[in-house]
Amino acid sequence: MRSEAAEAKRVYSRPETLVDIPTHYCPGCGHGIIHKLMAQVIDELGVRETTIVIAPVGCAVLIYNYINADGLEAAHGRAPAVATGVKRVLPDRLVISYQGDGDLLAIGTAETVHAANRGENITVLFVNNAIYGMTGGQMAPTSLAGQKTKTSPYGRNPAEAGMPIRACELLNTLEAPVFIERCSVHDVPHILKAKRATKKAIENQVKGRGFSFVEFLSMCPTNWGMSSQAAADWVGSEMVSYYPLGNFRDR
Amino acid sequence: MAEPVLMRGNEAIAEAAIIAGCRYYFAYPITPQNEIAAYMARRMPEVGGTFLQAESEIASINMVLGAAAAGGRCMTSSSSPGISLKQEGLSYMAGTELPGVVVNMMRGGPGLGNIAGAQGDYFQATKGGGHGDYHMIVLAPASVQELADLTVDAFDLSDRYRIVTMILGDGFLGQMSESLLLPEPPKKRYDKSSWILDGAAGREPRTIASLRLKPENGVEQINLRLQEKYRKIEAKEIRLECYQCQDAEVLLVAFGLAARVCKAAVNQLRSGGVRAGLFRPITLWPFPYRELLQRAGRMKKVLVVEMNAGQMLEDVRLALGDKVPIEFYGRMGAMLVEVEEIIKRIENHEK
Repeated sequence: MRSEAAEAKRVYSRPETLVDIPTHYCPGCGHGIIHKLMAQVIDELGVRETTIVIAPVGCAVLIYNYINADGLEAAHGRAPAVATGVKRVLPDRLVISYQGDGDLLAIGTAETVHAANRGENITVLFVNNAIYGMTGGQMAPTSLAGQKTKTSPYGRNPAEAGMPIRACELLNTLEAPVFIERCSVHDVPHILKAKRATKKAIENQVKGRGFSFVEFLSMCPTNWGMSSQAAADWVGSEMVSYYPLGNFRDR
Repeated sequence: MAEPVLMRGNEAIAEAAIIAGCRYYFAYPITPQNEIAAYMARRMPEVGGTFLQAESEIASINMVLGAAAAGGRCMTSSSSPGISLKQEGLSYMAGTELPGVVVNMMRGGPGLGNIAGAQGDYFQATKGGGHGDYHMIVLAPASVQELADLTVDAFDLSDRYRIVTMILGDGFLGQMSESLLLPEPPKKRYDKSSWILDGAAGREPRTIASLRLKPENGVEQINLRLQEKYRKIEAKEIRLECYQCQDAEVLLVAFGLAARVCKAAVNQLRSGGVRAGLFRPITLWPFPYRELLQRAGRMKKVLVVEMNAGQMLEDVRLALGDKVPIEFYGRMGAMLVEVEEIIKRIENHEK
């Protein structure tokens, strides 16, 4: 028995970049998965000690408590501008802007588009769960047509609220970005794909290639009023059919 | 021996910032301060610095926030409507104790107003224009020389106290050309290695954030620390100019460009036998309450002169209470105060 244990190969361990404490995220939330993907990639690339994570305003506002690296607060929507400031002073550090849908596509649309358009050498990780989570479930710029939220109690009416915005497609009209991909974290095969995209997006920055963007379709069972499994299924069916998965650009 | 140079106010600010070691400048175009950005766009590449024209005033102040957190000496500049947009970022910088220099070359307001010089942003600058309990150091230059000198000082104060320092000028001052001696580079360097975010190499990770959700070591603790710092600044950093105050019986109180007009009025009044003086606060925050009381307490009359509806007037009243009669003369909407009008108001009293 002893010799067998000695020969056993370690196939998994908690990433060093992920702090070993409970998070405040709800059961079935996708943030924990996405934090872990980011942490695994940072570990694999050996860049933890050069990393500065820009925290959004939204459910991931406390991300710096969970990531074993430097963390900086940004006002709602301003993370790409804050990341720009950090990166211009410290071009050899890894700067990751982690943002939700209200942050990135409503109040911070200008900062998102222009950081991408300048081709800032940063990585933006965009968590699209089609709702404002932290404030209690209001309609997001990415809420689906007909989706019921606290501020669209009869369902999102595109005639009044417009159709949900597709971030990857929007950014794909710009010249500068080098990497744009939409992934999902609703099941294991998709999580593994999402990790590959995350790795590429962070690797690009380390190699000085320019602006990289990964969108994660993710679950918010609490504010959707669903079980964890039902929420994952909803991402896989409803969200994926409006937000097509795949790579939009890989230079 | 340094030779005097002829420079426009806005360009003097920009060159002084370069001399002070500013290497990161982020801004958005707005009149009447566009010469600062144009100068920086040309000069920053020459000194290996960063010039970035941001997509908005909001983005530019947040780029300053990020650059400051990474340890850079950084600045943004704008004029009144643009400064309104920066208030969010200024509050966050106060809450996270990040240094930076912000120039406001004030123009006529409210609203889009006009593009000439005014002083209507005194309240916004000195009382905290953004949300929460905070202050910036506010410096009010009255000449092109002082625009340059105070810009160098602003970086020093900002780094020393980890506080945003604002240069509160106006559109006229920015457009004026005067001869000046370019300031010396600051001697002191501030070691920021104990607090900046530059990657947790060989140390514990750091966080720069104003969010505190729990009451223990909460937002009140941040506020207590800020207030302690503000008291220290109030005790140490007050600046002012007294002109002909020694034997004065009537005292003009004015800042910035209005104070220059007042100086001319003092000279004319004195040549007509009226013993007038001028008290000019250079730091608008911290405001020289005690210093004003010391000098004005024995005056027959105080006349506050501003290019606004009477904003610093409230601080003068706080300083003097009802010990001295206080009058006010102001013009609004970027109209200049006039020497003749100041003299008339003093002489009316003398009669």
